Amino acid sequence: MILFGSSFLVYNLAAYASDPLAELRLSTDDGARQQIIALTRDLQLDVPPPVRYFLWLKGVLGLFVGKLNLGMTREASSVQEELAYAIPVTLRLVLVATITALILGLALGIISALRQYSRFDYGMTFLAFLLYSLPIFWVAVLLKEFMAIQFNNFLSEPNIPIRWMIIFSVFIGIFWSSLFGGERKRFWSVFGGAFATSFVILWAIDLTDWYLNPGLGPILIAFLAVGVAFGVTAISNGLNNVPAKKAALTMAGFAVLWYYPAQWIFNNLGSYLTIFALIVLIVLSGLGVSRIFSKIDRGPIARTAIITGIISGFLIVVDRIMQSWDDYRATDAVNGRPVPTYGQRKDQLVTDDFWLNNLDIIMHLVLPTLALILISLAGWIRYSRGALLEVLNQDYIRTARAKGLNERVVITRHAFRNMMLPLSSLFVGEFVGLVGGAVITERVFGWQGMGTLGIKAINSYDLNLLMGVNLLLSILVISGNLIADLVYSALDPRIRLGK
Amino acid sequence: MKLFGRKEKSSGEILAGGENAIANKEVEGLSQGQIVRRRFFRHRAAVIALITLSSIIVFVMTALDTKIGPVRIPGWWKWTVEDIPELRFEDCPGGTTGCPTLSINPSGEFGMGSHPFGQDDIGRDYFALVMNGARRSLMIMFVIGTVSGFIGVVVGSIAGFYGKRVDSVLMRLVDFIQTVPGIIIAAVIGKAAGRVGPLFLALFLGLLGWTGLARLVRAQFLQLREMEFVDAARVAGASNIRIAFKHILPNAVGQIIVSVTLIMAGAILTETALSYLGFGVVAPDVSLGLLISQYESSFTTRPWLFWWPGFFIISIALCVNFIGDGLRDAFDPRQRRRITKKDRLQAKVQTKAGA
Repeated sequence: MILFGSSFLVYNLAAYASDPLAELRLSTDDGARQQIIALTRDLQLDVPPPVRYFLWLKGVLGLFVGKLNLGMTREASSVQEELAYAIPVTLRLVLVATITALILGLALGIISALRQYSRFDYGMTFLAFLLYSLPIFWVAVLLKEFMAIQFNNFLSEPNIPIRWMIIFSVFIGIFWSSLFGGERKRFWSVFGGAFATSFVILWAIDLTDWYLNPGLGPILIAFLAVGVAFGVTAISNGLNNVPAKKAALTMAGFAVLWYYPAQWIFNNLGSYLTIFALIVLIVLSGLGVSRIFSKIDRGPIARTAIITGIISGFLIVVDRIMQSWDDYRATDAVNGRPVPTYGQRKDQLVTDDFWLNNLDIIMHLVLPTLALILISLAGWIRYSRGALLEVLNQDYIRTARAKGLNERVVITRHAFRNMMLPLSSLFVGEFVGLVGGAVITERVFGWQGMGTLGIKAINSYDLNLLMGVNLLLSILVISGNLIADLVYSALDPRIRLGK
Repeated sequence: MKLFGRKEKSSGEILAGGENAIANKEVEGLSQGQIVRRRFFRHRAAVIALITLSSIIVFVMTALDTKIGPVRIPGWWKWTVEDIPELRFEDCPGGTTGCPTLSINPSGEFGMGSHPFGQDDIGRDYFALVMNGARRSLMIMFVIGTVSGFIGVVVGSIAGFYGKRVDSVLMRLVDFIQTVPGIIIAAVIGKAAGRVGPLFLALFLGLLGWTGLARLVRAQFLQLREMEFVDAARVAGASNIRIAFKHILPNAVGQIIVSVTLIMAGAILTETALSYLGFGVVAPDVSLGLLISQYESSFTTRPWLFWWPGFFIISIALCVNFIGDGLRDAFDPRQRRRITKKDRLQAKVQTKAGA
């Protein structure tokens, strides 16, 4: 009903605000007259807009009898086909950006709420305001200049000047030390530690030319996997939980043992199906491992084992993609400038290699996604900080603390879950909002998505195409709101719909 | 004699006050406005933002000529957008032309030079262009804020106050407007508005932007109309309109103001984004977004054409956001003053002295 009204409004507004024949009328060319006649016939321009809308609506309602007809574009191609090509492109961009921004923003927001009024908190607040105020097109152009063009230049003559190493390490040091906070002595010791570590890492990267030939290798993966095992256990079970620790470490061990077999599988059978099969394998082995190590309370331990396994597996996949980096740079299509500024695929890159293709997609995703993340990160930091602070003031948190639960359990079990309630409904809104932001990002980075279609439609006064895009976006908003309501009532038993 | 008397009185007040000064203040009572103002001025970032924003507005508005009908108020800047002075190419880096003459050198001298922000392709003074664009963007921002603020408050309060039928009809209207994809329809109108002018664009964007505010005001009204003071007013014989606008609205004003500042901060970004896409303010008119899109490609060779408009967009939006944050803190009744290190030390000293 609402959809009907809004599409009627937009159709007529757009129809009266634009004249698709204006340019042709001005032209004195002989062909122009015929083109006018042809366009008038094809697009039924002789019918007045309010009536024409119902002709269009008839095509849309054809959806229910299996004959969807959104009309023709000016170039006489079908609108459905154009949309079918554009939708996955935009969805890929927006989904990746929303999810990454959500995870990052949640983490930063939670930490800054837990350290309320610390230096880190003030820094994050300021960062959020700054990101709020950034125009996305401006950021996108900057990213293009500094992350792509300058970085590609850097790769052709790679060495990090010592000045930059120091500056970068100082930033890392400030980040970590403000994160841990505390007294002056602790502040400086954390700062020194972080500074030294990042400096050494940068130094090593520079010496080994890692960015030319990146990869993690079995040793690094072993270290990281053990680290992940401890980290996941610490957050979800607490390090005192011996079975959980054992299970997680076993999974990390598995990951390392699987490194060389996985290489062989990846090289010979690289496909999404293989990856899916491996994920299933990880989940099964996680369940098995938790069964061996635990007598009681198996659920959380199995969860820890599976999460550890998946993250370690993900590291191995990342490692494999990194190994394609050198080949990717060397291909003719890329020609030593791996960070692209334009398009969603390299058309010249013709290869059967699963990993090369994926690396290509990832490299094209990096910059537009980064631009979108920067824009939506601000919202998530503010929302999650606000939500957590609100929850931490509740009585049940005081009760949980009073009955002697440790802080980890209070935060992860009692506070985190309740804080996710309001955020879950925001997620949909943010997602829909980002589709709007994607219009601009697509334009800057030359993606052929929905936004580009919309702009094209407006510029060429292509009513059918415009209505196609508009219809999709409206459906997205409405179904988004519906999903948000449903999710909210499913998560929160206090809310009952239809009461 | 008189002076002396007054002085003595005031010092006497201080003597009597001291520790009780704060308590006295509380007894004396503060109006809502006073409390809010005080809280706002304690928010350092917001005050800085307020000062910065007002100086930007004054700076931008006085820089160029202002025409109000036949009256013409001259600006203090020597070039206008129409002037095409000669292109400067002495001492520009890498064979470019029209580089900025602004020098802020800590060791050297501070000087604006003839073209502090540089010149564009045909030699127009970029400072004048940026000033004109910022003025346009500020104007659009305020128009959008006012229009959507007004509609949002009226619709929201009517829906919330009357409830039931009226409420559900108005809220469907809100749903309806929210489903119209803002950027697309704004672009359609913007494309047409290229012929009509930026004021029309701003009015139209204002007509689209009020939905969030309306929901907020409605929620406030739904909550507040159940309060006892509303019943009291009704018993005293107040009319519906009087209750809605004299009794309930002042209680919701904090949230409204905060929300309007957020709308305004969003508005400047929307306007510049639309102009960037070519659907907002179009040439020969000047807007910050349009300037960026025109000189995007010359970023590598002549970055100043890119930096300055962006700088103005960010600083205006940032200031408005910070002011909004300050206002939110100031209006929030739950907000207490945060306990600083100094307070903690004082408390420690006092408890020790007490013991």
